[in-house]
Amino acid sequence: MTSPVAGGVDCDLHPAVPHLTSLLPYLNDYWRDQVTTRGMTDLISQSYPPNSPISARPDWRPAQGKPGSSLADMQAQALAPFGVSYGICNPLFGVQMVFSEDMAVAFCRALNDWLAREWLDKDSRLRGSIVIPVQNIEKSVTEIERCAMDERFVQVLMLVMGDMPLGKRAYWPIYAAAERLGLPIGIHAGSAYHNPPTSVGWGSYHIEDYVAQAQAFQTQLTSLIVEGVFARHPNLKMVMLESGFTWLPSYLWRLHKFWRGIRMETPWVDRPPLEIVRSNIRFSLQPVDAPDDGKTLIRLLDHMQSDELLLFSSDYPHWQFDGDLALPEGISPELVRKIMIDNPYATYGRLKQTAIKETTP
Amino acid sequence: MNIQFRDRPEQASSVHAKTAIADCDIHPARATKTELYPFLARRWHEHLEIYDKHPYQGMMDGPPYPKAQPNASRRDAYPPEGGPQGSSLSFMQQQHLDPNNVVLGVLNPLATGQGIRNHELATAICSAINDWQIDKWTGKDSRLKGSIVVANEDGASAAAEIRKRAGDANFVQVLLLSRTVEPLGQRRYWPIYQAADEAGLPVGVHAFGFGGNPITASGWPSFYIEEMVGHSQCQQAVLSSLILEGVFERHPKLKMIMIEAGFGWAPSLAWRLDRNWQRLRSEVPHVKRPPSEYIRDHIWWTTQPMEDPERRDHLFDVIDWVGWDKLLFATDYPHWDFDEPSRVLPPGVSDANREAFYLNNAMKLYGLAGN
Repeated sequence: MTSPVAGGVDCDLHPAVPHLTSLLPYLNDYWRDQVTTRGMTDLISQSYPPNSPISARPDWRPAQGKPGSSLADMQAQALAPFGVSYGICNPLFGVQMVFSEDMAVAFCRALNDWLAREWLDKDSRLRGSIVIPVQNIEKSVTEIERCAMDERFVQVLMLVMGDMPLGKRAYWPIYAAAERLGLPIGIHAGSAYHNPPTSVGWGSYHIEDYVAQAQAFQTQLTSLIVEGVFARHPNLKMVMLESGFTWLPSYLWRLHKFWRGIRMETPWVDRPPLEIVRSNIRFSLQPVDAPDDGKTLIRLLDHMQSDELLLFSSDYPHWQFDGDLALPEGISPELVRKIMIDNPYATYGRLKQTAIKETTP
Repeated sequence: MNIQFRDRPEQASSVHAKTAIADCDIHPARATKTELYPFLARRWHEHLEIYDKHPYQGMMDGPPYPKAQPNASRRDAYPPEGGPQGSSLSFMQQQHLDPNNVVLGVLNPLATGQGIRNHELATAICSAINDWQIDKWTGKDSRLKGSIVVANEDGASAAAEIRKRAGDANFVQVLLLSRTVEPLGQRRYWPIYQAADEAGLPVGVHAFGFGGNPITASGWPSFYIEEMVGHSQCQQAVLSSLILEGVFERHPKLKMIMIEAGFGWAPSLAWRLDRNWQRLRSEVPHVKRPPSEYIRDHIWWTTQPMEDPERRDHLFDVIDWVGWDKLLFATDYPHWDFDEPSRVLPPGVSDANREAFYLNNAMKLYGLAGN
């Protein structure tokens, strides 16, 4: 077993909103009235059906309520066992699915306030991601600026399957705000379901949707790189969350080959895609889509040609591994330290590495 | 990759020195718009003149993402007698088949009846394309073999076309395109696999096509490079669908070929499918084996555009994971991203693997070994 080191950062934790009505205290009178008089139902995304095996590890499934809805459980099952100094909360409540941008604005605001009061206030290790109403760019920027005044919000959160490819210029004000405020953009698996989840339409199965998340990350990475987001915002970091990463090397070989062939189409892409990924893109560790043998993974890590790309994540309460095996077999203690400590702190500028500062004798 | 192919004197002189190869992705073109008419009923001539093809995309003429050069083809591949690149057999022989010692060339006609919303028209054009392949290509050069092009959105008529051509030695596979109305594992396509299985023909899925869906899960991207790179993501969705709908469970002898979509993504997709199948197999009880096993047993891959990592040991890792016995060399002639046969494989490959890669895998798959 590969042991974790103390003082790390868990970059992907999922606190669950118990029900839409849990947000009522954080909505204004109008939206509180809308939710109640219209009999609005809970916003559960079919990306993560609550009873699906991937939505919660069997031993992390609570007797009652949604997986991930109890702070005490998260503390006992994720924060303590992996000895982390910080845990970043990425709520997956389905606010992105609504079609009214006004409603999305109200729900995102409530969700961010709920996260601050119900989670961040209650455990000093927890940090938050700002969920934004992406259908309205202006309101998204306003929400980023509003939440960013609270230093415990350390990134902006978007879903990998949305209304438009993420590199599109319309989104750039969001990226400008994030760069200015020192916030990485976290892109998490999941869909607004405003488009079919694959490039050939709707598959039949939940497993098909989940497998397709990795392809969505690939097309988004292409969009972000070729539209020139990182030429415009060289200091912007983006973190692919629950994306898988073993697809990255061969994906980059292909992108690089086409970039060499037709770079005249996107002349502002002035660095090879591989270099852009190394400087601006990071990936959460789980899920590790590789055989369990360790040997194959070592080869894949060599294909990645960088030890700075991966950030530790448990993906709590999702079921990606059993027992304490959050870190895959076969990786060196040096790499564990990079993944758990150095890389997350280098990515999230708002995390202060005070707890584990080494003292000189 | 985007190299200019000027006249190269060594082409003519090195014919006999070059080893024999199979090229599993050649694109024959029509010299004129009406070249297909002799194979089409009269009503369709008029229909095409008035309404044209009515595809699952907006543009009447040309692709929505403009190619990097005309017809996405090599600038040196225009035949001397005129017409678009790939439209002359004699020039294809002279420029590609002879100098590169192609002993088997598999034709994959594009811009046919696939991706047309009027399914009756689609059926007529596909059948005409198949007659045209025999008339213009395979009947005139025995190195060339055709693909049975089918109206893939209409399973019943596609199956009928396959049955009509079954046993005809002019054809070695059924051809589908990857961008379809639904993922290719869906029921509407099952008659195609049934008919191909009965005919003992492999089914090739070539990257490209129009199915009306935005080509990413977040809508339409901006650039041609996104469409091109995106073929590998599309093909991952296609392969996932085929496995998860149980196509290979129902057709244990069916062979499929992923054409021009890369193969480097195959291992990571297989591992991801396996991992999630372990967790979620109760949702898909008809998928009885780990998905990676279906991939290993049923899928072949054409090589172009060849994966091109900086370090060749990385390439060899990936080929080891995919299987040296599963790769089919292809050039994509006459397209601009043509892979030059002599430069595709780096040094350090055993003779047996090299021969399998360039020739033997294809001869075996297409049942031509020993001919």
